[in-house]
This record gives sequence, C-alpha cells and structure tokens, in this order.
Amino acid sequence: MRKALFLALASVFLMSSVALAAQTIKIGFNLELTGDIPKVGESSKRAAEMLKEDINSAGGLEVGGQKYMLEFVYEDNESKADSAVNVALKLIERDQVMAIIGPNSSKQAVPAGGTCDDNQTPMISPWSTNPDATLDRPWVFRAAFLDPFQGPVAVDFATKTFSAKTAAVLFDISNDYSKGLAEIFKMDFEKKHGAGTVLAFESHGTKDQDFSAQLTKIIAAKPDFIFLPDNYNQVALILKQAHDLGWTGPVMGADAWGSAELMTLCGDDCKGQYFSTHYAAAGATGATKVFIDRYAAKYGETPDDVAALTWDATNIMLEAVKNAGSVNSDIRKQRAAIREALAAIPSFEGITGSMKFDEQGDPIKCAVVVKINDAGEFVFTEQVCP
Amino acid sequence: MEILIQNIINALQFGSFYALIAVGYTLVYGVLLLINFAHGDIFMVGAYIAFFVATFFLGEYGLISPGAMSGMAVLMLSIPLTMVLTSCVGVTLERIAYRPLRNKGAHRLYVVITALMCGLILENGNLALLGASRKKFPELIDKAVWTFGNISVTNLKVAVIFTAIAVFLFLHFVVTRTKIGMAMRGISYDKFAIPLMGIPVNTIIVFTFILGSGFAGLAGFMFAMSYPILEPYMGALIGWKAFIAAVVGGIGDIRGAFLGGFLLGFIEIGVVAVFPSTLRDMMAFSVLLLILWWKPTGLFGVAKTTKI
Repeated sequence: MRKALFLALASVFLMSSVALAAQTIKIGFNLELTGDIPKVGESSKRAAEMLKEDINSAGGLEVGGQKYMLEFVYEDNESKADSAVNVALKLIERDQVMAIIGPNSSKQAVPAGGTCDDNQTPMISPWSTNPDATLDRPWVFRAAFLDPFQGPVAVDFATKTFSAKTAAVLFDISNDYSKGLAEIFKMDFEKKHGAGTVLAFESHGTKDQDFSAQLTKIIAAKPDFIFLPDNYNQVALILKQAHDLGWTGPVMGADAWGSAELMTLCGDDCKGQYFSTHYAAAGATGATKVFIDRYAAKYGETPDDVAALTWDATNIMLEAVKNAGSVNSDIRKQRAAIREALAAIPSFEGITGSMKFDEQGDPIKCAVVVKINDAGEFVFTEQVCP
Repeated sequence: MEILIQNIINALQFGSFYALIAVGYTLVYGVLLLINFAHGDIFMVGAYIAFFVATFFLGEYGLISPGAMSGMAVLMLSIPLTMVLTSCVGVTLERIAYRPLRNKGAHRLYVVITALMCGLILENGNLALLGASRKKFPELIDKAVWTFGNISVTNLKVAVIFTAIAVFLFLHFVVTRTKIGMAMRGISYDKFAIPLMGIPVNTIIVFTFILGSGFAGLAGFMFAMSYPILEPYMGALIGWKAFIAAVVGGIGDIRGAFLGGFLLGFIEIGVVAVFPSTLRDMMAFSVLLLILWWKPTGLFGVAKTTKI
C-alpha cells in the first residue's frame, strides 16, 4: 500500500516537473544573501520576486506568441568571491538556467563574470561598477554606471561643494570595488589639483573593526574632506570612529553606501554626508515612483538602489528573452540567442534612468549625488550625466 | 608628538579587547591545558547577549515601557546580567562538550578539535537563528569627546581601558590570593594528585569557565559599545588574534595574557601609524613570530611548570 502510494506520488512529481520544465523560463540569481552585505542580496531578491509575481499573475512572459511562466532560482554567494564562482557554476550546470542576474558587488561580480563568460551564459550584474566585471567578456553585461565615471563625479562634486583642494581616502583593500574606485578617485583628484593633493591614502581589511590608526593618520594630515568608497556596514563603524577622534569635516561616499540598512546601522554619524549613487528615492516621479510606492507597500521600506537596479537588470534580461523569439529546448542555443538579443538592445528605459549600451555591455547613464538629511533620507542634490 | 599620544590611546583601547579575551584562553589553558578555540565565539555570543539584554531594558520587547529607565541604569543592569548569561554559555559548552570527553579520558587533541567545532556551531547557529542581517547596538550613554589640542578621547575609551586594568587586578587577586585560586594553580600543577587532597576538580573547572566566559561577556559588551555593529562572525578573527596574544605573553599566565593583548594592540596600531596600512597584519605577526623565536614559551612562559 505504502509503496503504491509512494509510486503514485513520485509519478505525479515527475510528470509535474516534466510539464513545468516544458513551460518555464528559468533565470538564476547569484546573490549576497549572507556574509558582509546581506541587505544587498535581500533587496535584490525582493525586487526580483515582485517582478516575477507581476508577470506570472498576468499569465507569464510571452515569447514568440506563447506564454511561459517564470522560474527564478536564488542562490547565496555568501558575499565571497570563490562562492560566487561556485554559485555561477551550480546555476549553469545543475539548474540549467537560461541566464543569470547578479552578483551585485564587484568583489563577486568580477570572478563570477569570468565563469559565465567561459561557460557562454549571459549574465547581467545589477550593481557592479568595477570595469573588470564586463571588460572583454561578451557574455557579461551590467545595469550600473562605471567607476571611471563615478570617481570623477565625486571629485568634481567635492571640489565644488566643499571647495576642496586636498583629500584623504580610506578603502577596503580586499574589495575590488572599493580598491578600484579609490585608485580612480586618487588619479583624477591629483590630475585636477596637482600631485600630492591626496594627503592620505589608507586601506583596511574586510573583517576589520578598528580603524583608529588609519583615521588618526588621515585627521593629522588635515584634508578638506574624506572620500570613503566602502560598503555600508563599514561606513557605519568608520564614521563613528572618525567623529570620536575629533573629525568634524565632510565625508563623501560612493554607491555602496546606498543600502536601505545604512541609516539603521549608522544613525546620527551619517547625517549631513553626501554620496554618489544610481537613483534618489525621495522626490522620484513617473515609473520610478510607481515602483517605489509598490515596493514600500509590499515590504515596508523604501527600495534602495540595489532593488531598483535589480528590477531594471531583470527587465532587460526578460526583454532579451522575448527578443530571442522562441524558447529552444537546447539550452546552449537558447543562451546564445539571448546573448545576441541582449547585445542588440540599443537602449533601455529603466527606473534608474535611460541607458544605452556600449560595445563592452556597459550602460551609459547618469549618476546622482544625494545628501543624507537630518531625517535620514537620501535627498537628491545633483545629477551628473556623461 | 600629538599623533604619538593619540595612537597610544588608540592602541590601549584596542589592546584592552585583546587582553580581555586573551584572559579567557589563558585561564582555561592554565587549568585544563586545553586551548578553548570556541572562546572567540563566546565573546561574539557575549556581544549578542549584551545587545538583547540592553534592548530588553530599553523596552524593545514590550515588557518594560520604552524610556522608563535611563541609559546609565540600563548599563548598570545589563553588564552583570550579560556576564552571568555569557558564563552560562561557557559552562554549558564545558558540560556538554568538554566534560564527557574528559571523563572518557580522551586525548587533549580531541578536546581541542571539539572546541573548534563548538565555535563553528555557535557562529552558524547564530546565523541560522538571527539571520545574516547586522544588529546595531543602541547608544546607552551620551558620548563625550574630550579634546586636548589634536588629541581626542571619548569617555567610552577611558572606560574600556580602566575596565581592562580592573579585570586584570581582580583576576590576579583571585588566582594568587584566594583558596579557589590556589586550587586552580594546584590542578594545573598536578591534576591527578589534587583530587586526593579533597579538592573537587570539576567545580574548580566550572569556576574557571565562569571566570573566562564572564569576562568574554564583559569584553563583548564593551566591544559592542565601542564598535556598535554586530555580526555572527565578529568573534572569529579577534578570537584568533587574542589567542596569539596569549601565546606570545606565555599562555597560562594572566600577566602574559594582559601584556600580550596590549602588545598586539600596540604593534598593530604602530604598524599602521608608520607604514602603509596594508602591511598591518603581516608586520604585526612577524614581530610576534620573532618574539616566539626568541622565547618559544612566551614572554612570561616557563616551560612545563605551574602556570596561572
């Protein structure tokens, strides 16, 4: 009896999975769900879930005149470079996904991009800004602007707003994103203000919790402001310690500050500081506002830039799936068709702004600078377009 | 000159944490000849207990109305409670992991491996239970920044340094001047003869774990106040470094643990102050290696005799 029941159940599962496999479009997500920046993975997953529900409740995605349900596979890369590669392989080989969204941070996106490119699977990183993630990798795309653009934005803004002639930089040596952006910033700042105007160029490790020695050095050099291209969790510790050591000047950050968790962790120490980012939630209009309102109603918080960029990246990917024209049962051919369709998208109207893709698969889009006001909101200050 | 003084203060604060954690390693090693590798994670658990106790008294969970107690009162109540709860965790580990092995007469190596596993269980248990999201420790007391010229000191930094010194004096008193301290030293001298003198060995071992874990809880509390972002793996690296500090000081000796902790704090801060900060860990641990090369048993260590 039990055996018969088991067989019946097993056959139902088998049949349903066969039936599902024939009808779904499977997209993999390589996300930072645990580790150093768990909020980034969570925001990304929430935005993707919202998009999936939208499309599936409308009957699925229409490709070549037929509707297919979406299936999103979320895997955790623990915010580590090696795990991101393993996750990419797992998604490609075991789950047989058509395409991959993520990883978000450059530390994971640079190595995982190499894996996707080697295995000929299209990948879009929503949030990675380091040029190496897509450089000479025809299968890898992104939805964010690049650090060679973001660095000069920060230099120009600080020069104008703080009338800065000197600067100091503190960055995470083991994070591709932080290190790359710090170097670009230093190069550009010294080009505009003369050699040696970056008075201190200090680094720290990912697991560090005490930054007092680096900050003492920086404060003693008396720069006009501190540039801090660090992840939001470290920003909270660094700013507090800087204030404890008597720093009262301005601090400028980059897009890794823009997490929904920044103000929870950082509190008063972050108020009044500026950072460059992908979009500003406060005062948004149009489709961006619709997205923000729906996300806020569903999850009870303002979506951060990662959520918005994941929304855009996934939409671009689905657009490419649609443009590929048909769903091929041979996954390799299907992936190749999606890549061709992705590369052929001339421009895309996303909620983080309109983007045009260059031949590297990088979008050309605008950056905004936001100020953290006394209520802890990120207020739009300036937009810079290339 | 001002930079030098500022860095000495920085080093004293950071060294205090190493010293407070190193004491836990040294106490357990002194009595059991066991390196309790779970100690760094007990420190992490201490920080989390501190977080939950403090937010409980601040009225986060509804039992106490928010704002009913002043920050100072919360602090005064939370510190002993955190220490007691953390020592319960340490004693529990001793009871369920180390004692059964000891009773079966297992080699010390297996107990050390068990300790490593316990540490991983604490880390990942925390991750499974509380999720990967970080916790922000509430500000209990108003921060005061005192500036003298270019030197800045906060009231918290001063408190941390004084706590570390007070703990050292207290432990030194317990170990050298009390009967239970004498029993601890006795066990470390000869653990087979000591029961024959009518000394309850297991009670003394539990007491050792209470002391070590309690001060790990205190360190966790002070750490959470100084660096208010908590995450499940925060104890791993600092635990390893404190262990190295204890070894350099001469593990099993309380003076050694303190000196080693502050020494590591001074070297780490000193390296960053003079050299590029990328070289910090490499140079800091090269210096420690040189010390061990010169004196393999550590600064206060004596080869194979009474310790603690």
